[in-house]
Amino acid sequence: MELYNGPLDTKEIFCRWLDDQAESNYGAYIPFVGTIRAEDDIEALSFDIYEPVLQKWFDDWQEKAKALGAVVKMAHSIGDVPVHTSSYISAVFSPRRRVALELIDEFVEDFKANAPIWKYDVKNGERIYAADRSTPMSGSGLLA
Amino acid sequence: MIKVEFLGPIGKAPLEMEAATLADVSAKLKEDSTLSEWLDRCAVALNDTMVNDLSTALQDGDRVSILPPVCGG
Repeated sequence: MELYNGPLDTKEIFCRWLDDQAESNYGAYIPFVGTIRAEDDIEALSFDIYEPVLQKWFDDWQEKAKALGAVVKMAHSIGDVPVHTSSYISAVFSPRRRVALELIDEFVEDFKANAPIWKYDVKNGERIYAADRSTPMSGSGLLA
Repeated sequence: MIKVEFLGPIGKAPLEMEAATLADVSAKLKEDSTLSEWLDRCAVALNDTMVNDLSTALQDGDRVSILPPVCGG
């Protein structure tokens, strides 16, 4: 798992991951890139991350992938990420395509629901929590 | 004493309190009107492990994190 301040250098990360696994005999490499769209007059999105829980979430996924003979990868931004740049990359390597196609879908969807990352719109230099696009994590409401 | 920290957009300084279980933490946080809009939508971690049981026992020095709704990517 890799965390960076500001936008991701997507090409560097992609190429490095590909090079790292060049001799691993995986038949499929499926990357996913999240790019900030220009909408609602935002200048950027901004992110807070709680790394200790994110690391555990990612480690659990690494174990799940390993049981299928696959590897999951992830990089994410902290702080401001301007429109038309990228804040999130994930990828799956697996021996065969079917496992990778299914795993990237589950991995990205669970990431959206349970990775401890908070998103803010940046408008006129102000950070506004994206409450209406955010999802309560599993087990929410315990203390209510 | 245990410490309660509020992550992401909640924007509240950490609290210290006496609590034997997460149910005690719940009772104390419910007294705080600034948290009323958050608690039913927040998940809870104890020393960075997610927890789902109000009867979870707490030890001196434990750290309880309150995690509001997320949106990575």
